Amino acid sequence: MDLELAPEHASFRAGVRELAQGVVQPIAAEVDRDHRFPQEAIDAAAESGLLGLLVPRQYGGAGLDALAFAICIEELGQACASTAVIVDVHTSVGTEPILLFGDEEQKRRWLPRLASGELLGAFALTEPASGSDAAALQTTARRDGDSYVLRGTKIFITNIGHAGLYVVFARTGPDEKAAGVTAFLVPADAPGLRVGQIFHKMGLHGSPTGALVLEDVNVPKSNRLGAEGQGFTVAMRALDSGRIGISSQALGIGQAAVDEARALMHDRGHEKSKGDDGVLNPPVGQGDEFALADMATRVESARLLAYQAAWLCSRGLPFTRQASMSKLHSTDTAMQVVLDALQIAGTEGAVSGSPFERHVRDAKALQIYEGSNQVQRLVIARDLLRAG
Amino acid sequence: MDFEFSAEQVAIRDTIRELVQDRVSPRAAEIDRTAEYPKDIEKLFADNGILGIPFPEEYGGISGSSVTICMGIEEIAKACASSSLILAVQALGSYPILVAGSEEQKKRLCPPLASGEQVAAYALSEPDSGSDAAAMKTHAKKHGNDYVLNGTKQFITHGSIAGTLVVFAQTDPGADHRGISAFVLERETSPWTVEKLEHKLGIRGSPTAQIVFQDVKVPAANRLGDEGAGFKIALAVLDRSRPGIGAQALGIAEGAFDYALNYVKERKQFGQPIASFQGIQFMLADMATQIEAARHLVYRAATKVDTKAQDLTKVAAMAKLFASDMAMKVTTDCVQLLGGYGYISDYPVERMMRDAKITQIYEGTNQIQRVVIARALLR
Repeated sequence: MDLELAPEHASFRAGVRELAQGVVQPIAAEVDRDHRFPQEAIDAAAESGLLGLLVPRQYGGAGLDALAFAICIEELGQACASTAVIVDVHTSVGTEPILLFGDEEQKRRWLPRLASGELLGAFALTEPASGSDAAALQTTARRDGDSYVLRGTKIFITNIGHAGLYVVFARTGPDEKAAGVTAFLVPADAPGLRVGQIFHKMGLHGSPTGALVLEDVNVPKSNRLGAEGQGFTVAMRALDSGRIGISSQALGIGQAAVDEARALMHDRGHEKSKGDDGVLNPPVGQGDEFALADMATRVESARLLAYQAAWLCSRGLPFTRQASMSKLHSTDTAMQVVLDALQIAGTEGAVSGSPFERHVRDAKALQIYEGSNQVQRLVIARDLLRAG
Repeated sequence: MDFEFSAEQVAIRDTIRELVQDRVSPRAAEIDRTAEYPKDIEKLFADNGILGIPFPEEYGGISGSSVTICMGIEEIAKACASSSLILAVQALGSYPILVAGSEEQKKRLCPPLASGEQVAAYALSEPDSGSDAAAMKTHAKKHGNDYVLNGTKQFITHGSIAGTLVVFAQTDPGADHRGISAFVLERETSPWTVEKLEHKLGIRGSPTAQIVFQDVKVPAANRLGDEGAGFKIALAVLDRSRPGIGAQALGIAEGAFDYALNYVKERKQFGQPIASFQGIQFMLADMATQIEAARHLVYRAATKVDTKAQDLTKVAAMAKLFASDMAMKVTTDCVQLLGGYGYISDYPVERMMRDAKITQIYEGTNQIQRVVIARALLR
């Protein structure tokens, strides 16, 4: 057993950190305040090859593994949670399905453009009446000669409006449940595809989320990803990897909160506590120190779980259960840690522009998206019970 | 044991409940979005006597009971936490006068507050003096029959809109907390300057101001209690106001819970309402239990305030601590129950989650409540 990062992963982390702290972190507060897409951060990530991280070299990518992906999202998440989720969705659920299920022609056609950042990827599964119950989706894909005609509405789509390519799940067969679902690659400029409502969210203000409306969108058969009826498998496998990314985003947010709380406590002189003078002392003492210790311990345990899931995935071993455990634990941890950090900061942390309040608003989304933590518990419990 | 509310208290609560449903609830999302102080709701509360709740009848009010104040705050906070502060801070800003004022001061200063003609506020915190209130730098120097105030106060709820402001200042700078005195500033004759308004995570419709005193003259007749009694007054006031913050937290949690409970009964996934799943049911059971426990602690603390119980400091701190921690957890879980819908501002629960956080921080952070409770236990 070796828990040390290999030299190539360590140097990769150093490179991403430089970009994240140099380019991404300085704009994080402004991106949040103005609800602005962090274009310069995404451009910088593209230039450094991060948008093609998982794509093999022959398709224009960096050919790195799931652990590198985890490290990348963790570092970006520490700087700016919005930037992290944009890159995460692009890389995992937006691009990886083509890697895993695309034919050679599809790989050649789409992967270089996604890897370079020319196209941003997105993933359109959720519908108004179909969230956790993804297999109940109602968007239809009607066969019409050599094409399909897609009709329906998808919601809560990350990268909406900025994506060049959407992986869309629609019903092709009469089968009511999972077996009737098929995956399609739908370019953003396809006639009939439009952006619907853009949601105003609690956090992640730099990452646009909205509805994708498909009004008789003609999709050639060559853009069908995998076989008819294979769509649900595509979605579930994509989400397994996606959960490594969300775990990493949670680690980044949690670590940022720990570091900021630690810096604040240092400024308050925690290492030289005052004695009891019979009046209310400043909050210098063990209370906040114990909270900081718990926060750091939780983030560290979450990191190990996330890296284990990434390591299993990199080795081609089964990792569904670990990815779900990691997503559940990391995001619950992040939520608790950011609330505790804001509590340490006090009122000054609740004022807009403070990273503490931003982390609280950002972290909540992570317990919900890419499978709510209730769904993760279902996945884990079923896997455990099946294993006997 | 039960909390028997008097017929009068129940009548006041029902009136508030109806007003809140008709007039406050429909405004709550907009108040949050625009971050504007709801002057219309202040007027609504004034016109209906709600701002008179913190005051006994002899001073122009209708109650003066902490239990009644908590009932009012709780009802309003179910719909709009920002609006609930209109009552809560009227009480906070008036307590120093009621607790430490002379009969003359109470008769003179309370009626305009009870009628809602004036808004009250309470100025204790400073940029470098939050939990460590005794470290304040604002000072008051006596010149004849006046004091002259100089200094800066930070995070003053309603500091920008108040007409009556209770300010704590050093009158004997060498004497630490024993040199602090309390003053009532009437804005017309003792004007202060609003330096800036904060943008916040939550309670966005409740203005939080940094205010500055530059040679502000206050008549000695507006000093509450003796010179040097200010710190004791400040702590006595916080003892009495903390159950109110507990009530606010309780209301926020109940508002979010009621919304989420309806949602899970209606939202269908896997062919059935998600309320039929045990995972969701267990969350509901835990939340309702926590809310119920907090409710009893809050009203027990309020009863102790009304009966001037020996251990009111400890129990008030417990109520504030427990109810606010509960509200943070419950509102976070309510967002979870609504899933993606919970995270967007078309639905009210994300606002309630943002509003809940401050209840763990203001009127003494929850760390300070733990210090207070521990000291009471060890004394």
